[in-house]
Amino acid sequence: MPGTEKTTIGETAFQGVWVLGEQRDGRVLRITHELIARGRTLADKCNARLTAVLVGRDFERAALDDLIARGADAVLAVKAPELAHFRVEPVATCLVHLIEMRRPAIVLAGATSTGRTLAPYIAARTEAGLTADCTELDIEAESGGLIQIRPAIGGNIMASIRTPDHRPQMATVRPRSTRPAKPVPGRTGRIETLKPPRQWLHSRTRRTGFTPSPDEHGLHEAEVVVVAGRGIGKAENLDTVRALADSLDAALGASREVVDRGWHSYPHQVGLSGKTITPRLYVGVGVSGAIQHLAGMQTSEHVIAINNDPDAPIFQVADIGIVGDLFDVLPVLTRKLQQARHRARAALSVKAREP
Amino acid sequence: MRIAVLIKQVPESSSVRIDPETGTMVRSGVEAVVNPLDLYAIEVALMIRERNGGEIVALSMGPPAAESALREAVSMGIDAAVLAADRRFAGSDTWCTGYVLAAALRKLGPFDLILCGERATDGDTGQVGPGVAAFLDLPVATYVSNVPDFGPGLCRVDRLTEDGYEHLEVQLPAVLTVVKEAASPRLPTLRGKQRARNAEIAILRAEDLDVDLDRIGLKGSPTRVVRTFQPKVTRQCRRLPARDDAEIELAADQVIEFLRQRNLL
Repeated sequence: MPGTEKTTIGETAFQGVWVLGEQRDGRVLRITHELIARGRTLADKCNARLTAVLVGRDFERAALDDLIARGADAVLAVKAPELAHFRVEPVATCLVHLIEMRRPAIVLAGATSTGRTLAPYIAARTEAGLTADCTELDIEAESGGLIQIRPAIGGNIMASIRTPDHRPQMATVRPRSTRPAKPVPGRTGRIETLKPPRQWLHSRTRRTGFTPSPDEHGLHEAEVVVVAGRGIGKAENLDTVRALADSLDAALGASREVVDRGWHSYPHQVGLSGKTITPRLYVGVGVSGAIQHLAGMQTSEHVIAINNDPDAPIFQVADIGIVGDLFDVLPVLTRKLQQARHRARAALSVKAREP
Repeated sequence: MRIAVLIKQVPESSSVRIDPETGTMVRSGVEAVVNPLDLYAIEVALMIRERNGGEIVALSMGPPAAESALREAVSMGIDAAVLAADRRFAGSDTWCTGYVLAAALRKLGPFDLILCGERATDGDTGQVGPGVAAFLDLPVATYVSNVPDFGPGLCRVDRLTEDGYEHLEVQLPAVLTVVKEAASPRLPTLRGKQRARNAEIAILRAEDLDVDLDRIGLKGSPTRVVRTFQPKVTRQCRRLPARDDAEIELAADQVIEFLRQRNLL
């Protein structure tokens, strides 16, 4: 902030890696475990301690122990009724105070609706360097500084970013860009709970309600996402794509054209003006693959595309491209998938019955 | 009601080309436009003015050429436009951009509401809106999906999160970043275009603002881009023709085998 000293390195040592976890109704979210996986790797590389920070109303002891088991050396649980739901002012105020008092060198948050709101608010206050939506992180051998790698210009280039003089070094990390850390029984660590003073909890925002999304599978949580593109032709044909999605237990997304035509609602839009997703499997049905769409899905682990235009750009980022009429392909593929899953489940239950 | 809309000029994203040798963006011949996601913020501002009256100021930071983005905003119906342009701002990262824009808003204010797009389609960070709120010590609601309505000293917004819509009451003045769902941007009218052509775009330079010169531009930026490179193309698309029943059967079987091998079934 103007008139204050810059938080540059060299004044007092900044040490350690913090990950800012997320919770909903006291339940720790998966992104927290992904951040622990990222943070553990970085902490090991620079010989530092990893602290998992959680902010909320209350947490069960088991949930905090679990973060230690997954790789944190310490857990800092900040608890107050005012922190039950994410509101940026009280959460940021608590974290700014804690960061200024304890001086972590690296602070990671999820590139989620929470993290992408919270991290820039904190970075502005603490004069931290912040890089958005990183897909890779590393430690530079010579300097021990954080290297942040992220897609830029709609995923057309990758940028490698450093924070030479400012601390902490902050990054938001793309959800699902790494596997969540698994618990290792027997790991030990320090658990600290903290009740923030009243003046940290001031907020000018009141949460008056919440309307949960009606979908069974949210786009963000889904391991598999099937996306309908303009090639489906009309709203009624979305049901054909939905059948394929159901056969894969997948969330149903849509391209911008499909949303703009009112065939599917905006929260399902994948791409530059919608959501960025990184599922294990993306299946594009009648999606041509405009550059704006590719920006939102090309870090998916596996990509299958179905399109009747052999020159559709989606094929350039696909593992498998089915070149054919989706209305001919979908019924056959859906039926075979249902059979395959049925067989797989039957095999599993036979296995389970074996002594 | 006095509203500020923050906009950014960006390269038109479908015309972006990357130099395969250098891995950098080819800027020559690329059309520059208002960040498409800012158009939703402009539209929300216009709809609020239609309902509640008031004045809308568009503010941008960028090179002198960014003036054309501000004229585009004026052609849609924005009342006044201001460009923070100074060679010393060049190379600013999101921290410095938020810092400069916050100083400009202090200078041009007070505002009841500051509206931003969710993020810009070139940098793709979404960090400037919340950053500006922090610099100005204002509350912020991100991912706002409706045109807010107003109560005494507050606005009511819906905030789109991963699993639904939060309903929030935010005290004014406030910063809101809006998503596409909030409104459909109108097209400029002929009269708007004429007005835009003659509109005066006020310029703010570093000395017009209460900013620390060590905290702006490339040298003031906490982050540094050290390298850009092309993403690795690791996918070799296996094309499966599916033009008759036999081919379709075969293609479907190959997909299932692919999924089974990767434990995706």
